[in-house]
Amino acid sequence: MPHMSMIEAIRDAMDVKMSQDASVLTFGEDVGYFGGVFRCTAGLQEKHGLHRCFDTPISEGGIVGIAIGMAANGLRPVAEIQFADYIYPGYDQIASEAARLRYRSNGDFICPLTIRTPVGGGIFGGPTHSQSPEALFTHIAGLKTVIPSNPYDAKGLLIAAIESDDPVLFLEPKRLYNGPFDGDHESPSVSWKGHALGDVPSGHYTVELGKARHVSEGPDVTIIAYGTMVWVAEAVAANLGIKADILDLRSLVPLDLDAIETSVKKTGRCVILHEATRTSGFGAELMSQVQERCFYHLEAPIRRVTGWDTPYPHAQEWAYFPGQKRVTAAVREVLEAA
Amino acid sequence: MATPKSNQSRMYVPEPPFRPGDTPDYSHISVPTDHTPHRPDPMCDDHETVEHALKLIRVMRFNGETAGEWVPGLTPDVKRKMLKDMMLTRAMDDRMFAMQRQGKMSFYMKSRGEEAVSVGHAYALSDQDMVFPTYRQQGILIARGASMLEMMNQCLSNSGDPLQGKNIPVLYSFRKHGFFSISGNLGTQLIQAVGWGMAEAYKNEDGIASAFTGEGATAEGDFHYALNFASTYRAPCIINVVNNQWAISSFQGIAMGDGESFAARGTGYGLATLRVDGNDILAVYAATQWAAERARQGGGATVIEHFTYRAEGHSTSDDPSKYRPANESEVWPFGDPVERLKTHLVKIGEWDDEQHEAFAKEAKLFVRETYKQAEALGTVEHGPQLDDFTMFEQVYADPPELLLEQKEMFRKELG
Ligand SMILES: Cc1ncc(C[n+]2csc(CCOP(=O)(O)OP(=O)(O)O)c2C)c(N)n1
Repeated sequence: MPHMSMIEAIRDAMDVKMSQDASVLTFGEDVGYFGGVFRCTAGLQEKHGLHRCFDTPISEGGIVGIAIGMAANGLRPVAEIQFADYIYPGYDQIASEAARLRYRSNGDFICPLTIRTPVGGGIFGGPTHSQSPEALFTHIAGLKTVIPSNPYDAKGLLIAAIESDDPVLFLEPKRLYNGPFDGDHESPSVSWKGHALGDVPSGHYTVELGKARHVSEGPDVTIIAYGTMVWVAEAVAANLGIKADILDLRSLVPLDLDAIETSVKKTGRCVILHEATRTSGFGAELMSQVQERCFYHLEAPIRRVTGWDTPYPHAQEWAYFPGQKRVTAAVREVLEAA
Repeated sequence: MATPKSNQSRMYVPEPPFRPGDTPDYSHISVPTDHTPHRPDPMCDDHETVEHALKLIRVMRFNGETAGEWVPGLTPDVKRKMLKDMMLTRAMDDRMFAMQRQGKMSFYMKSRGEEAVSVGHAYALSDQDMVFPTYRQQGILIARGASMLEMMNQCLSNSGDPLQGKNIPVLYSFRKHGFFSISGNLGTQLIQAVGWGMAEAYKNEDGIASAFTGEGATAEGDFHYALNFASTYRAPCIINVVNNQWAISSFQGIAMGDGESFAARGTGYGLATLRVDGNDILAVYAATQWAAERARQGGGATVIEHFTYRAEGHSTSDDPSKYRPANESEVWPFGDPVERLKTHLVKIGEWDDEQHEAFAKEAKLFVRETYKQAEALGTVEHGPQLDDFTMFEQVYADPPELLLEQKEMFRKELG
């Protein structure tokens, strides 16, 4: 089985779908000739032609808008927004249009488009290249929000997203593009080579949207995470020497409630992680769901570990990031509660 | 109208020429008497239409004669049908407006004064073309033979509503008539239309997309996205700006300042531009037909400004006499679109006052009968009601568990 980085896996997913289905095409700023600033679409134009993979004006509202028109007209566009931080000019088209087209037309028109965009910190991107805006989208009915944590899932989830008849926002944690993350920003980056999750089958396969991945099983505590934070959770559990039930949600809408409920009822303790700003973050939704479903099984208050309610700082990136230290403290607290 | 540019350093806010109490006088709008500009080849370079963005294409004189290069070769039968479709649209609007006033509907929007824009446009397109309308192009549906009963059912959100109560009145969706689902968010459809057109081109199909916006909404970013993308990818589409002078209570200058014309906005993007007397249905037809031919042959998009006048309120929710002189529509120098076509047909001996009266009655009767059928299926206020559970449908192709759970919660709530 070939080893792939997340970038290669994402590209491979598009390549597989573009080879199979002429209605799949991809476009965005610098996506065509150059292959994208993160090189996710490198080679696709050469292989599939100028009409299948092309550059667009720097106009996120325009990119999403044409994608909606194309999707309504029988294509399956995969639009790239260069950084999630720049998705706001396209927000109205996503929230008011893509997400609602099926509903407002009562199924007369559908909108099977995928919007890919890199999220999260880890590259010293400061306030304009590091945001995690997922909560702004999970609140929007009619839209799916997906976020992989590894190359294997990235490819399978992206193919599933492209095949979905619903609009999907596909968030790619850029800290994981080139390799896994051991939760410690000071250790050198390693590549996906040799990592089990970097083994990516060639050809077509899917990872179902709405099914969490059990990263590890254990009776001590449930840690719910997605994207980059999955790796922090793993590192913390290893360092603490505990047996944690770690869930990688993989998609926020739809959400794997069964996995969450089963796990928290088993462990009685729950820590929720995300990189995004704390207030009204997706963690708040997860806490509500756990509270509503598992209250009588809880042995400790639920804790969430998040970024701060500040814009993502440049120099203090790792002080903002909910790293091992912050997560360890929260897990300890939850474990030690009577 | 160019406002003198004195006091340039002071805060400037444009104002319409007249307010309630003033005597409206449109002498500042020149009504061209010659029927220019000339009709270039539809595959001409875009810059050959630069002057067309400032002049008005007109076909019918006020005395009913036609003249100039844009006179379309339509048979009297087609023209009579156009007239009838405009009259039907107006009759439906009148009835629905009255019914809203009686509390049968939450809301309604009339298109009076603009019927030539939608009906004329529809006649020049073919059936596989997708229109991305606003809420003021109901005439396109009428012209394309949509069921008025279904339209009314949508407005009433009753058990016959094809949208099952999901959208507010007039925001129709009729894929079977090439009529895209209407959004309540202004301007958003413009760039979607470009994407639709690009997809047609990608699939090697001959359809084009035709998008509409009011002049007010051209100030939205989506309008500029659309012009730029349409030009970049030479998308087969038409971008129609219906300049009916008013955006609710804001006059057209608020959207554009001292700009020369809305059509001229296309010039900077390298698009063909046409400006047409929107109350002259033959001119609307001719301009649309030109733009459609250009798009279909690979010439790219055209911006058409339809210069017209919204003769009634913005919607059932506003009172136009609060912001403009009450008789403004009567002095509008381009007349009424229905009267203009009627005058032409009478002039060429293909219509007369009796026929006109008779059809007006027939239309009114048809609308009344159709409305009765619609009301029998319920209104939003009075039963028979739609099933409330339909609100949970068509949110997703495959609904997430949380949504299904909420549907169950609602079921319990009902007991
Ligand atoms: C994005 C957005 N902003 C504001 C509104 C409220 N609104 C509805 S219609 C309208 C005026 C539109 O005027 P114009 O574009 O000239 O079209 P017309 O109604 O004259 O046909 C406004 C401000 C809206 N529907 N959408």
